[in-house]
Amino acid sequence: MADLLFNLLLSVDATFRVATPLVLCAMAGLFAERSGVVDIGLEGKMLAAAFAAAAVAAVTNSAWLALGAGMAVSVALALLHGFACITHRGDQVVSGVAINILVSGLTVVLGIAWFARGGQTPSVGNEARFTPINWPGAEALADVPVIGGLYSELLSGHNLLVYVAFLIVPLTWWIVYRTRFGLRLRAVGENPNAVDTAGISVSGLRYAAMGCCGLLCGIAGTYLSIAQNAAFVRDMTAGQGYIALAAMIFGKWRPVPAMLACLMFGFLDAVAIRLQGVVVPVIGPIPVQLIQALPYVLTVVLLAGFIGKAVAPKASGIPYVKER
Amino acid sequence: MAAAPGKIPRWVDVALIPLVNIALAFIVSGFILWTIDVDPLTALKTILVGAFGYSDAIGYTLYYTTNFVFTGLAVAVAFHAGLFNIGGEGQAYIGGLGVGLGILLVDSSLPFLLILPISILLAAAFGAAWAAVPAYLQAYRGSHIVITTIMFNFIAAALMVYLMVNVLIQPGSMSPESREFAPEGQLPFMHEVFGWFGIEVTPSPLNLSVVWAAICCVLVWAFIWRTRWGYEIRTVGANETAAVYAGIDPRRVIMLAMCVSGALAGFVGINEIMGVHHRLLLNFTAGYGFTGIAVSLMGRNHPIGIVLASLLFGMLYQGGAELAFEEPKVTRELVVTIQGLVILFSGALAYMMKGPIERAYLRIAGGLGRPAGQEG
Amino acid sequence: MSDPEIQNQDDVRSLGTDAPPAIELRDINKSFGPVRANKNVCLSVKPGAIHGIIGENGAGKSTLMSILYGFYEADSGEILIGGKPATIRSSRDAISAGIGMVHQHFMLVDNMSVVENIMLGAESGAILTSSVAAARAELERLERDYSLDVDPDALAGDLPVGQQQRVEILKALYRGAEILILDEPTGVLTPQETDQLFRILDSLRKQGVTIVLITHKLREIMAVTDDVSVMRGGEMIAHRETAQTNKEELAELMVGRKVLLSLDKAAPQAGETVLAVEGLTFVDKAGVPRVDNISFSVRAGEIVGIAGVSGNGQSELLELLSGVRPVTAGGFSLMGERFSASRRLDPAKMRDLKVAHVPEDRLRSGLVRTFAAEESAVLGYHRDAAYNGAVFTKRDAIQQDCATKMTDFDVRPPNPKLKTANFSGGNQQKLVLAREISRDPRLLLVGQPTRGVDIGAIEFIHRNIVAMRDAGSAVLLVSVELDEIMSLSDRILVMFEGRIVGEVPAHEADERLLGLMMANAAPERSEAAG
Repeated sequence: MADLLFNLLLSVDATFRVATPLVLCAMAGLFAERSGVVDIGLEGKMLAAAFAAAAVAAVTNSAWLALGAGMAVSVALALLHGFACITHRGDQVVSGVAINILVSGLTVVLGIAWFARGGQTPSVGNEARFTPINWPGAEALADVPVIGGLYSELLSGHNLLVYVAFLIVPLTWWIVYRTRFGLRLRAVGENPNAVDTAGISVSGLRYAAMGCCGLLCGIAGTYLSIAQNAAFVRDMTAGQGYIALAAMIFGKWRPVPAMLACLMFGFLDAVAIRLQGVVVPVIGPIPVQLIQALPYVLTVVLLAGFIGKAVAPKASGIPYVKER
Repeated sequence: MAAAPGKIPRWVDVALIPLVNIALAFIVSGFILWTIDVDPLTALKTILVGAFGYSDAIGYTLYYTTNFVFTGLAVAVAFHAGLFNIGGEGQAYIGGLGVGLGILLVDSSLPFLLILPISILLAAAFGAAWAAVPAYLQAYRGSHIVITTIMFNFIAAALMVYLMVNVLIQPGSMSPESREFAPEGQLPFMHEVFGWFGIEVTPSPLNLSVVWAAICCVLVWAFIWRTRWGYEIRTVGANETAAVYAGIDPRRVIMLAMCVSGALAGFVGINEIMGVHHRLLLNFTAGYGFTGIAVSLMGRNHPIGIVLASLLFGMLYQGGAELAFEEPKVTRELVVTIQGLVILFSGALAYMMKGPIERAYLRIAGGLGRPAGQEG
Repeated sequence: MSDPEIQNQDDVRSLGTDAPPAIELRDINKSFGPVRANKNVCLSVKPGAIHGIIGENGAGKSTLMSILYGFYEADSGEILIGGKPATIRSSRDAISAGIGMVHQHFMLVDNMSVVENIMLGAESGAILTSSVAAARAELERLERDYSLDVDPDALAGDLPVGQQQRVEILKALYRGAEILILDEPTGVLTPQETDQLFRILDSLRKQGVTIVLITHKLREIMAVTDDVSVMRGGEMIAHRETAQTNKEELAELMVGRKVLLSLDKAAPQAGETVLAVEGLTFVDKAGVPRVDNISFSVRAGEIVGIAGVSGNGQSELLELLSGVRPVTAGGFSLMGERFSASRRLDPAKMRDLKVAHVPEDRLRSGLVRTFAAEESAVLGYHRDAAYNGAVFTKRDAIQQDCATKMTDFDVRPPNPKLKTANFSGGNQQKLVLAREISRDPRLLLVGQPTRGVDIGAIEFIHRNIVAMRDAGSAVLLVSVELDEIMSLSDRILVMFEGRIVGEVPAHEADERLLGLMMANAAPERSEAAG
């Protein structure tokens, strides 16, 4: 029993680690889609940021410069997406796909050219990483039943970016629902005409939203390469950008539900790893792949309208044409 | 607004602008090479020699081309109905599963000439089935097909891992692969086919499915432009209101177009599973489904364009491998980068150069036309 | 509502005659390609008055107001606001010049509250909490001052249309608008809501707000305005003080003297009833009845014209009869076969019943721009055995068929391979007409047959429609062009807000009477069909 509890605790702990990039990317996607720009390219921006952060960390040995580089690259890609979709009214899905494919190739090309390690970047030491922060008294309290475990395992011992990610959620909520920018953001994704006739620039708002989207994907990528790991590995995002997209849809384009969806998807992932090879009586070995595929299946079921209704911002995916 | 329509000749729109867009993609690629201290022109030479310089290189190039033709046609058919099928990767994967399952069941009891059509049918049926679910959800429940096809790619990948690791793995084997097919379940390599006629060709993975790819090009062309079903697909894609006016049910057209699209993607399984690997295994789609998007955009959704774009990408895949071998600083992922740039410039930024080029054309044409106008 | 005229005359005078006009437009010109939407338009609006602008569809009213609100820039001309020249290039400029606009289609964000909608773009600070409080206070004041009652916390999308319109008005007032433009504000309102709106406008005027009211409804002009300007064909035709004019004069100015195209037309030889519409009703998604319980019939060998300002349900009527839209209630019989909400007609079935349909907007639904002409020429008939083998289409048959149609209907250039988009409007329309009438239909549904078509083609198209009638087809013609309706129809029905408000035999029709009926300002008539 205690064993099961401990296992659960570890799974929950791992959930936070797995969910961090998902949460960041889901919030990033939320900014983009709330403004009316569909962003399939979360994956690509996160991957590019992961590479840039790892590369800069390897060269400068500074985690902060690395974070800056990750965010800068990701923002640049977000603005490229904006340039294609907002300025040139290109197809938003095509542009997102282009960015994902471009980045998945370019990170490896540059990685090999610069570091000659088969696409990996050199491992960096702890001084160039975001390392776990142990909260005061975590050691001492570790043995206290229940509370101790919760405190030392769940709350303490994560790296800075994990805390940042979970602070970003209330911040996103606050921005979206409690600031002028958020009001305009919600309006432009729903009815850009209303924003335009109110004398506000539709393009300006959408570019600003893409900027936020880029920043957050940048943090997510940095987390992957120099917080959760110590180097960039080719294709290290492994579809997490798409899972984040799914989580955002699952959360119906709202920050807190989207975060909960990320946690659920993260938990499924954490559990799946732990259940590898576990044999359940009658059923036999648990099909881990089924659990891993669950986020995608659930999203499809949601989109099909079988559990609630996922209504996207009305204007998302449609380029704004001023002439009536 | 753009210049008045009708004054710009067709060739500017159909040929010049797409070529400029592709050129931009390659110029940026060249720039990337230059930044990593590789001379773009030398690299281009290496790629060309690597792709066409000797006979097995040509074989490899055409083998890649075959895959791209299938996935490119798949994306194009969906595009004609106004749908963006990002699910080619998953449909190809499941198509391959169908081929493999079929052959594993019957390769000991049936002759090759029966197994071949069965395999083609299974590839089509499995690929179509995998596309049919997102199509149904789009047509009848309004779920966005882009998101659902992406999700289905991941579900396909998970399903394949499960099946390969738990069900189809060859007993006693360490790697998740099925047993090898009996010779009746193997598609002959082209060097074997040439061998039957006494022509000596260096071995390469190129197999008979290249012929099927060529046939598919003709079939798709005929289907889209020479049948009433293709007519309905194009009508829905070009103008859904007109389609409804004409009594065409867009929902049924979505189903039809996506099933055809999925079937075409499924044929990657014929090339890979039946033609090259001769067993079921993981990850044989290797991103070909995504390359199909670039191929289709570049080939402007027409079989001829798709063949040309597929050849280009086949060349880049094979020549890129050669370049990676020759030049340690370069990897095959360079091709993926180029692919991304092609999608960016010919797809997402397709309209960027339209205005400037049309204005430039009018200025040049106007400059030539004005003296004549003054005389008249 | 009976005596606002007298009252407001006093108000205007009390402001003094010296005050510069609230809005003055001088020689505004605006062209879209070859179309001149506004020609040397001049307008002067007195401060604190309600100024009506009336005109038919396409008269240039909306273009003019879009210029005033910064959607379009005029090609030439001057705008003066309160006597001072103003440059208005965007909505932002218009707002800061004190102009507010209530658009025909509301510019509201459905899933945001009324307060949020109202302060959008005019928030008092970067953080909403204080903005909301400020907006709420200001909103309360505005609601009190102008007796506009709206729940500030309701979601805009949940409000009935009349209330949404109030939100739009409040939005403009919140931005400090001293000039309020309303574009066809009553088009979506019930009669009760319309009355409420007029009371609101009256109280706004009392507070000194200048109002420009764009409408095609004479009754409204007479009910609330102080002055009225009439536009026709992109030009400003006349200015009147409302008290000095009457509906009849305005209708005549608005419609103009129609030059009836001389059309050799024999008396109709009406035969059996082909189409009998009984209580046909269509309610749209918003719950507004677009076609409201209408009944009429069309017999073989006659042309029934449906007149009306666009947006009064004619388009929906055509779409119901052609099977494009599902019927909500009631139904119709086609040659004895009955169709209703429970038994739908679909467009393919319609063609099987020999019903042809020339749709209102040929580019939106009648043709596919990217197709070769020969492909557009079989749209809807593409499943015919004549064009199809077992698998492949019969290219020669399709091309031959198109070439024949092109010769018969004088489509130029007569090249079946040319892309549809590359034909002129008139030739595109001839192609549609050729496709639809070459199959000898029992019933021909025609919508706006000559919209955007050159003069030569108009006559050709008209002659062909009459020829169909003479050959025994029943023809239902929908057009917003009165001259077209009058020169082609044997009987004329007038639609207004989804209902048929009158029926006139063609020989009794004149533009004044029809104009009054279209504006729902006709005297009570006994023969009104219902």
